[in-house]
Amino acid sequence: MSIDMAQFHQVFFEESFEGLDAMESGLLNLDMGDVDVDEINTIFRAAHSIKGGSGTFGFTAVSDFTHVMETLLDEMRDGRRQITQVAVDVLLGSVDCLREMLHAIQDGGAINQQSVGLHKLALDRELNQIPVAESANSQVVSVHSSAVQTEQQIAGWSIAFSPHLHLLKTGNEPLRMFRELATLGTLSVTADLQGLPDLYQLDPEECHLSWKLALQGNVPVNEIDDIFDWVEEDCDLAKQAIFTSVDTPSSAAPAIVNEATAAKMPVDEVESTAPDSVVAVKESKKDEQKAAAKGSSSIRVDTSKIDTLINMVGELVITQSMLSLIGEHFELGKLDQLKNGLSQLERHTRELQESVMNIRMLPISFVFSRFPRLAHDISSKLGKKIDLKLVGEHTEVDKTVVELLSDPLVHLVRNSLDHGIEMPDVRLAAGKPETGTVTLEAYHRGGNIVIEVSDDGKGLDKDKLRAKAIEKGLIETDTILTDKQTYELIFMPGFSTAEKLTDISGRGVGMDVVRRNIQSLGGNIEIISTLGKGSTIAIHLPLTLAILDGQSVAVGDETYIVPLGAIIESLNIKEERVNRVVGKGETFLLRGQYLPIVRMHEIFNVTSVKHTKLTEGLLVVVEGQGVRCGLFVDDLLGQQQVVIKSLEANYRRVEGVSGATILGDGSVALILDIPGLVRLANQ
Amino acid sequence: MATILAVDDSASMRQMVSFTLKGAGYNVVEAVDGVDALAKAKAQAFDCVVTDVNMPNKDGISLIKELRELPNYKFTPMLMLTTESGMDKKQQGKEAGATGWIVKPFNPDQLLKTIKKVMG
Repeated sequence: MSIDMAQFHQVFFEESFEGLDAMESGLLNLDMGDVDVDEINTIFRAAHSIKGGSGTFGFTAVSDFTHVMETLLDEMRDGRRQITQVAVDVLLGSVDCLREMLHAIQDGGAINQQSVGLHKLALDRELNQIPVAESANSQVVSVHSSAVQTEQQIAGWSIAFSPHLHLLKTGNEPLRMFRELATLGTLSVTADLQGLPDLYQLDPEECHLSWKLALQGNVPVNEIDDIFDWVEEDCDLAKQAIFTSVDTPSSAAPAIVNEATAAKMPVDEVESTAPDSVVAVKESKKDEQKAAAKGSSSIRVDTSKIDTLINMVGELVITQSMLSLIGEHFELGKLDQLKNGLSQLERHTRELQESVMNIRMLPISFVFSRFPRLAHDISSKLGKKIDLKLVGEHTEVDKTVVELLSDPLVHLVRNSLDHGIEMPDVRLAAGKPETGTVTLEAYHRGGNIVIEVSDDGKGLDKDKLRAKAIEKGLIETDTILTDKQTYELIFMPGFSTAEKLTDISGRGVGMDVVRRNIQSLGGNIEIISTLGKGSTIAIHLPLTLAILDGQSVAVGDETYIVPLGAIIESLNIKEERVNRVVGKGETFLLRGQYLPIVRMHEIFNVTSVKHTKLTEGLLVVVEGQGVRCGLFVDDLLGQQQVVIKSLEANYRRVEGVSGATILGDGSVALILDIPGLVRLANQ
Repeated sequence: MATILAVDDSASMRQMVSFTLKGAGYNVVEAVDGVDALAKAKAQAFDCVVTDVNMPNKDGISLIKELRELPNYKFTPMLMLTTESGMDKKQQGKEAGATGWIVKPFNPDQLLKTIKKVMG
């Protein structure tokens, strides 16, 4: 029977990464000296599961590596080993290494042998012994000795099998074992009834019989041991090999070897064949696996959310049947009922939409959970004392947002740890507690999620920021900036405040990238800071990327959706404010600023346009990536939430358009990509 | 056809065991830990139990021990899935009443062979 093991790989990877996360947070929670058995057990169990799974699914490199970790953890668990900071750090490093190994395997890439070797070395050093090699050696020896024995021609076996009374109660059944023996050679069985008690004293749940078995054929000893492996201690077993006299030429061994004492065979068939067959499966599936590994992404959903969804669908079905009942024999008197039904339908549809969106929502702890480790590593590296607080970890946010939020947040937290929090002596001198606090907080506000990274560190120095910006030529010496604008200087490309660059944060790129990433998610970022007291950086993000607040605008017969967040204002155009620049198109003077005018009908080739004279239509002033422009449209239609459908998935990428949506009347409207449109207009 | 209770906290192992056994024509009920398994075993009779050893809530050995004490499971084959490093686990398992064990890592063929061994 051949089974495609690759189908279980995805689940295995997912649970392994979860296990690694659990190990990591467990390791970080360990207090030196005072051993929390539950915590170590959790860590151990995660390592154990990964080892078992990886062995079974043929990832031997992973299982070998985890084995060493497991040994170390086992000794810690039993109290045979002191838990030291060094050991914990080594284990944390190994967790990272394992994560890399699993990612490499998942992506179909090669494992970084050097890194694996280094971590293994560190683990071995921590163990101070080499149990892996030892056990491997002993296996080799026993394989060897059993091989020698089977080389002598065995004609058969004589076996005496006397089960203990309780044998049946272990679920083992002599008959099945005999049947199995019979598959190895010709078997004859003689039952010994002597132990059978008087009928009145007979307990049918006990085994009173014993047997003499004669097995003919050249059967290796380990195959017989396999059969009796499980009952070794539940019976008296004696087996004698019968050798053919012709085939033992130079052997000094006696013709009959008593095997009664040779109880344990460490190499059973199950263990020795496992790696080979699994590897074969793996190789044949390698290509498919690669293709599958990349694309598939899954999500874990709380069952209560699914229940809500099912409940909602049920309600919807009831409403639908009610409506069709009204429709079958409709008369005007039922108009109220119809209206009622329709409003119910509307409510249920909205609720259904909400609960479906809810399925994509993940708690922000998916992102937050990596920060305790980051704080641990950085604070020990820098010699700072830092307390990381996580608040609102259960705040839920769309899966896509969670994934894209991770990198910008890491950057911000690193900045706080590295640049924000001062060294302990500096803090004490400033009259602050020695240990700095960095707080990560998430909460909902309106349709947004707000994530704040705050620290009680030194805060941003406005004068320093200003001086730096002037030095870098980012602003003029006489530029007047508000506090807010001054703080926002750090988001300018090529700006860095650290006097010297560290390998933890600050290479001069970064904050501008962070802001760009946040903006590409439809969010914004702001800074609040007090010199000497600390800083707070707040990220505002939409809860989901699948639904957008849009303003629909009319251009001829076409309807376009402008993201509401991008609109600054809409106004009538006065002829005297329009300037025509040769080769540059038209501009509109708005409060001293010249805005390029983008005639939508020209960009999208709309022929049915109503107004071509600027004064007849409307100008929608939008901003994308810091650049403003005015969109010339026929009319504003209304504001609504639209569900974003990918244009790329259904057609292809179109410059100036980020997606499409289906309107209430069934027609399709394109959603404008403002930065793209601005670029397009400038060409 | 015989019904087997497959217990493992690891979803991938559980699915693998379940898929393999179903493929061979057995009915399979899955349980995520010892507590879950015990509840399921009380609600329905199983012809065989295959359980992981190291699990949260209730480990495989306690599960076997408690199952053995139930009248319905006096003679039921119960196998534990264990790693080669767990020699003492095998011993503890035997004492708790396990029929036998399957050593991890194992492949579907080995699992089936072992199951056939106890199911006759």
